[in-house]
Amino acid sequence: MDWINQLNPTMQFAIFSMLKVCVVIFLAVMPIVAYAVLVERKVSAFIQDRVGPNRAAPFFVKYLPVVGPFLVRLGIFHPLADGLKSFLKEDFTPAHVRKVYFWLAPAIAVVPAMLALAVIPFGSTLGAQKMVIADLNVGILYTFGIVSLGVYGLVLAGYASNSKFSFLGGIRSSAQMISYEIAMGMSVIPLFMLVGDLNLSKVIAYQADGAWLVFKQPIAFVIFLVSAFAETNRLPFDLPEAETELVGGYHTEYSSMKFALFFIGEYTAMIAASAMMVVLFFGGWTLPFAGLDQPATTLVMGFAHIGIFVTKMLVLMVVFIWVRWMLPRFRYDQLMDLGWRRFVPLALANIVVTAVVLWALHAK
Amino acid sequence: MIVKRANLSFWERLYLPALLSGLQVTWRHFSRTFFAGKKVTMEYPEQKWVVPEGYRGAPYLVRDQSGDTKCVSCQLCEFVCPPKAIKIIPPGSSGKPAERANAEKMPAEFEINMLRCIFCGFCQEVCPEEAIFLQRDYSLTGLSRGEMIYDKEKLLALGGTHAGVQKWKHKLDEAKEQETFPVKG
Amino acid sequence: MENALFYIFAALTLLFAFLCVANPFSRNPVTSAMFLVLTMISMAGLFVLLQAFFLAAVQILVYAGAVMVLFLFVIMLLDIKEEERRRFNRFAIALGGVSVIGLGFILFSTIRESKVGAGLKLTAVKGSDTAALGKALFTEYLLPFEIVSVLLLVAMVGVILLSKKDLK
Ligand code: SF4
Ligand code: SF4
Repeated sequence: MDWINQLNPTMQFAIFSMLKVCVVIFLAVMPIVAYAVLVERKVSAFIQDRVGPNRAAPFFVKYLPVVGPFLVRLGIFHPLADGLKSFLKEDFTPAHVRKVYFWLAPAIAVVPAMLALAVIPFGSTLGAQKMVIADLNVGILYTFGIVSLGVYGLVLAGYASNSKFSFLGGIRSSAQMISYEIAMGMSVIPLFMLVGDLNLSKVIAYQADGAWLVFKQPIAFVIFLVSAFAETNRLPFDLPEAETELVGGYHTEYSSMKFALFFIGEYTAMIAASAMMVVLFFGGWTLPFAGLDQPATTLVMGFAHIGIFVTKMLVLMVVFIWVRWMLPRFRYDQLMDLGWRRFVPLALANIVVTAVVLWALHAK
Repeated sequence: MIVKRANLSFWERLYLPALLSGLQVTWRHFSRTFFAGKKVTMEYPEQKWVVPEGYRGAPYLVRDQSGDTKCVSCQLCEFVCPPKAIKIIPPGSSGKPAERANAEKMPAEFEINMLRCIFCGFCQEVCPEEAIFLQRDYSLTGLSRGEMIYDKEKLLALGGTHAGVQKWKHKLDEAKEQETFPVKG
Repeated sequence: MENALFYIFAALTLLFAFLCVANPFSRNPVTSAMFLVLTMISMAGLFVLLQAFFLAAVQILVYAGAVMVLFLFVIMLLDIKEEERRRFNRFAIALGGVSVIGLGFILFSTIRESKVGAGLKLTAVKGSDTAALGKALFTEYLLPFEIVSVLLLVAMVGVILLSKKDLK
């Protein structure tokens, strides 16, 4: 690996950044998305007294004596089949759509969710490299900014489809996401008042020194969690999709890979939201024992930190998935009521209380 | 009628009890299926549903116990069939005579279009010869529309032998019985 | 590198802004709104080049993420077929062009004459510029900041009043 050290720092930075982007997107996000769908199907099946997908069996399974059938029962190969299916299905563009936006919308739905992952520190260090793609000083603001762009995918999809159901879905999503963005943004302000920095790595360092922020700011966590459900359009706030009333909402007219892109977008947004929560409230890659709360010095520790982060994130994703099968959908006015009349004042009160407490502590 | 909504208590408005009971219900079902393996579904091609007595599946023609076709080509079923799924070609005046006693003619061809059949059971009800029965098959598949039109051979093969009363044998026994007097109750 | 990026972003900003107001290919208001979004994003790029990350993020968060979504919301709810069918008006374009040139000239010459920024130096802000910005807003520029806040409050009250159908 000598040639890497001979390059100038800019080149090294570029190479490692590219590497991190590729690894995170293709080796982490995509498989997690695929298998989150499988977990979703399996969990929903078990909650509804079914068995879930257990059929897909590629040709090599019959050479695996005991493991093979077991993996098939688990449905391990279903995501592969699903992916293949989305690529092979007919990509149908209805005649009445606005073509440019119709083609653009799925891409716009995916990209912001993936970009939001860029500032998340998913590990301490691996060798000399920090395990975060972009260590921004305004990390959290960047995330909020990018995530707020995600709504365009849905709005444009609704608009481009030129159908009532899609349109209603798009309109709903725009109103919903703007409302909850405000509650979400205000819910994290107390955290940064405590930490004193917007950089997410600093937030983790702060939690490594003291208690996790979820214990210090439980109200902020609840608001953030609920808003995250609304932002990612998950049940109980999946009004833009609302299968029972809007057919498929904004993606009614979509098929094949374009539809799959919306799906990937939704699950990537779920990953981003879970990762944000891990960083902000659950101490990121740290664990408060066994010296796991200091930046890694060895490769093993580096990987352990990444493992801890991913585990915490997956637990939160299971929460996302579980809640979908637990609660019925909110009505639209209830959704708006909850966002504007409960969470926004609650978040404001939380800010004020935190400020007063901090001021009292500092005044001494 | 106007139904008055019950006012929610403070706890109920917090959504928390609802959340907890939701968690409880889902966890109960999840653990029952996941750990105890109790499921309500069937894995279809391997495990098949056992149809109950009197189930109206696909209509097939049956043979009597001596292996003869029971249908006498009276075309009543063709006439009664609401979606016109049955098509019978009678042998005609110069056609083949019946293969069994007590019958004038046999159908030259007997087709049921299973794509049209609505499994109403009228054919079974109307048949004077008890020659057609709705049986237990509920899963009919084919790769083409043509394949779904079942002809006489297929219907007879699928129908099998009529297990119940053999109408003409029964009548014969009755007639014989009536020759002796007094008639049995 | 930075220079090249500046020119790229500046050109993009101008191009998108132009396409927003006078798109020769489409008279669709949604398209215009989307180009406005792109204009704002390229402007955020310019802020990044100035090392003003906070401003860049807020620009995207507030303008591209919230204000423009509301714009889209309203455009979509209105019946825009009429707008789409309306053709260019030669006279309006000529008049608009002349006034733009005139205004631009005045603006340009005023800036030139007043020598704004002659004494300014680019100072790189170390660490988190958000704290510096906050400090400046709440000490040095407190009065203007508060005036703007009150202005916004007044606007908000006005909007609520206007949107109420029947006043008691
Ligand atoms: S079951 Fe009803 S529809 Fe089917 S063949 Fe008999 S009469 Fe016709
Ligand atoms: S099946 Fe019965 S009703 Fe139909 S033609 Fe044959 S004898 Fe007549």
